[in-house]
Amino acid sequence: MMTVRISDDALALACGADDVAAAFEKAGAAVERVSSWGMHWLEPLVEVNGVGFGPVTPADVQAILDGGADALCIGPVAAHPFIVAQQRLTFARAGKTRPLSLDDYEATDGWKGLGRARELGPEATIEEVVASGLRGRGGAGFPTGIKWRTVAAARADQKYIVCNADEGDSATFADRMIMEGDPYQLIEGMAIAGFAVGASKGYIYVRSEYPHAIAKLEQAIHKSAHIIAPFHLEVREGAGAYVCGEETSLLNSLEGKRGEVRAKPPLPALEGLFGKPTVVNNLLSLCAVTHILADGATFYADYGLGRSRGTMPIQLAGNVKHGGLFETAFGISLGTLVNEIGGGTASGRPVKAVQVGGPLGAYIHPDQFDIPFDYEAYAAVDALIGHGGICVFDDTADLAGMARFAMEFCAVESCGKCTPCRIGSTRGKELIDRILARAPRGRDTVEALPQMHNAPRSARALEDEITLLEDLCETMKFGSLCALGGFTPYPVLSALRHWPEDFGVTRMAEAAE
Amino acid sequence: MNDGKADRLDEIIASHSRREGPLLPILHDIQAEFGHVSEEAKRRIAGALNLSRAEVHGVVSFYHDFRSEPAGKPVLKLCRAEACKSRGVEALVGAAEAVAGDRVAVETVYCLGLCTVGPNAMVGKTVHARLDSAKLTALIGEMA
Repeated sequence: MMTVRISDDALALACGADDVAAAFEKAGAAVERVSSWGMHWLEPLVEVNGVGFGPVTPADVQAILDGGADALCIGPVAAHPFIVAQQRLTFARAGKTRPLSLDDYEATDGWKGLGRARELGPEATIEEVVASGLRGRGGAGFPTGIKWRTVAAARADQKYIVCNADEGDSATFADRMIMEGDPYQLIEGMAIAGFAVGASKGYIYVRSEYPHAIAKLEQAIHKSAHIIAPFHLEVREGAGAYVCGEETSLLNSLEGKRGEVRAKPPLPALEGLFGKPTVVNNLLSLCAVTHILADGATFYADYGLGRSRGTMPIQLAGNVKHGGLFETAFGISLGTLVNEIGGGTASGRPVKAVQVGGPLGAYIHPDQFDIPFDYEAYAAVDALIGHGGICVFDDTADLAGMARFAMEFCAVESCGKCTPCRIGSTRGKELIDRILARAPRGRDTVEALPQMHNAPRSARALEDEITLLEDLCETMKFGSLCALGGFTPYPVLSALRHWPEDFGVTRMAEAAE
Repeated sequence: MNDGKADRLDEIIASHSRREGPLLPILHDIQAEFGHVSEEAKRRIAGALNLSRAEVHGVVSFYHDFRSEPAGKPVLKLCRAEACKSRGVEALVGAAEAVAGDRVAVETVYCLGLCTVGPNAMVGKTVHARLDSAKLTALIGEMA
């Protein structure tokens, strides 16, 4: 009997994979549900003896079984240019294994990293992670090994490993793909972390928008409990708050509180979950650890450039022709990613802007497409890599509208703890509305009182409103407690700087920056 | 209030007693079963966890997922974050809301993690991708 492989991750399901799988079964084929290769424009992707077809509908099933459907055929999946061009470590198993099969995981070097860590002992394990140069993949880029050292050195009766899988940034889906496609890799990474720092308990905090990921993880934890013992894992479901992706807010949420940000210090490494020393790592960092331990720090550090070592699972999304998961060493240029690998926009129109790093990331102009994918290079142009999400926009996009949305999003999702974020975002939205409506704010009743000597004597001009917006952004950037308020100015200011015409103003004076 | 309901609330609360920081899992279970977190539920949770009723209410009101009142109609969550915007979700909103009327609640969600195949929506735990106006209005039509 013919075996057909079809992904069962949420994206494939949303594109109709279950109907396709049912049609194959009805036609007498054996269907194996595997993880997704990450070539999303081809989903539902069907693999028959290594040869891929996509996107497949139930109507195509008979033709594929009969050896036809040439129009959908992409040839051998593993040899597809999108796959061949990658350097996959974290996603090495993508498309190849059944997500919950322990046999498949073991057969693909699963548990090798945990085994080696147990041979090396906790201290050498941490030194291996330090030597690899791994930096947190959640966005901040803090060296993972240093964080582990701090927690290992802390004395406490209980320590925790917390995986931040609250992947709320638009244009990111790498965490979801791991949880749904390769959950044992995350479990192994957390077990290594627990062993290294002396923590017996771990929590995976997953956003509630990912019900499929939660279900897979729970099954995977149950099936692998004996392998990672005495380390114990539990999945916790978020409740629709973007800010809980911030580590201290996440810890409050895990404790059953409002997801408000905590001031630092104390660092979570010393006083984290329930006041105990806690490693809070992004899901992708924990997955990278399994490869660092399995193959050695040098092997991992040989990928990348400068202070950005290893590989980054980049997520090509939005209005892009070939969207999906592209894992590669740091250093690749944005232009290559968007135009060559992504194939330009899905709409076929010119690329106008690319937002890198989620809703808090800057909008990047095609003029800047030569910048290499590297933490420092992005920081140098007032941008950030974040969680590696790239969202492409075509020339129909209104960047002033997107800047307004950035403020609106911040207002909706602010935890309310600090003023620049809570109030600034609402005022920012109003300010952009006034700029777009060409209705600068007039003098209010109080300002018109005779004793208000320093109040402006006339209504604000459009230029004054722009200056005020820039000023507000500065305040949010430097006065907010966490990245939500602190980074919302990035999309706003980058939109204003590169596309002032969308705001109806002429190019900004450089001095205003 | 109905005693069976109160017993069930206590049962749910008790089923999480061995967890550390059990409030969110309790609220999720209650919301899944009753569709909202009632005043009665807040008081029972507060009593069981040694919290004030205000603390429990504060948590319920903080998170977008929890509601204090029943939704009263089926909910479709439409993603309107950046990636779906870049793929044209905003152009679908007007028609979707017109079809939904007061029979279906079209709520906004920020990202379902399917950012390459938007516009996307979620109904319950089922996700829908590559929506255009026809598909979205048909989906809402089926729910009403």
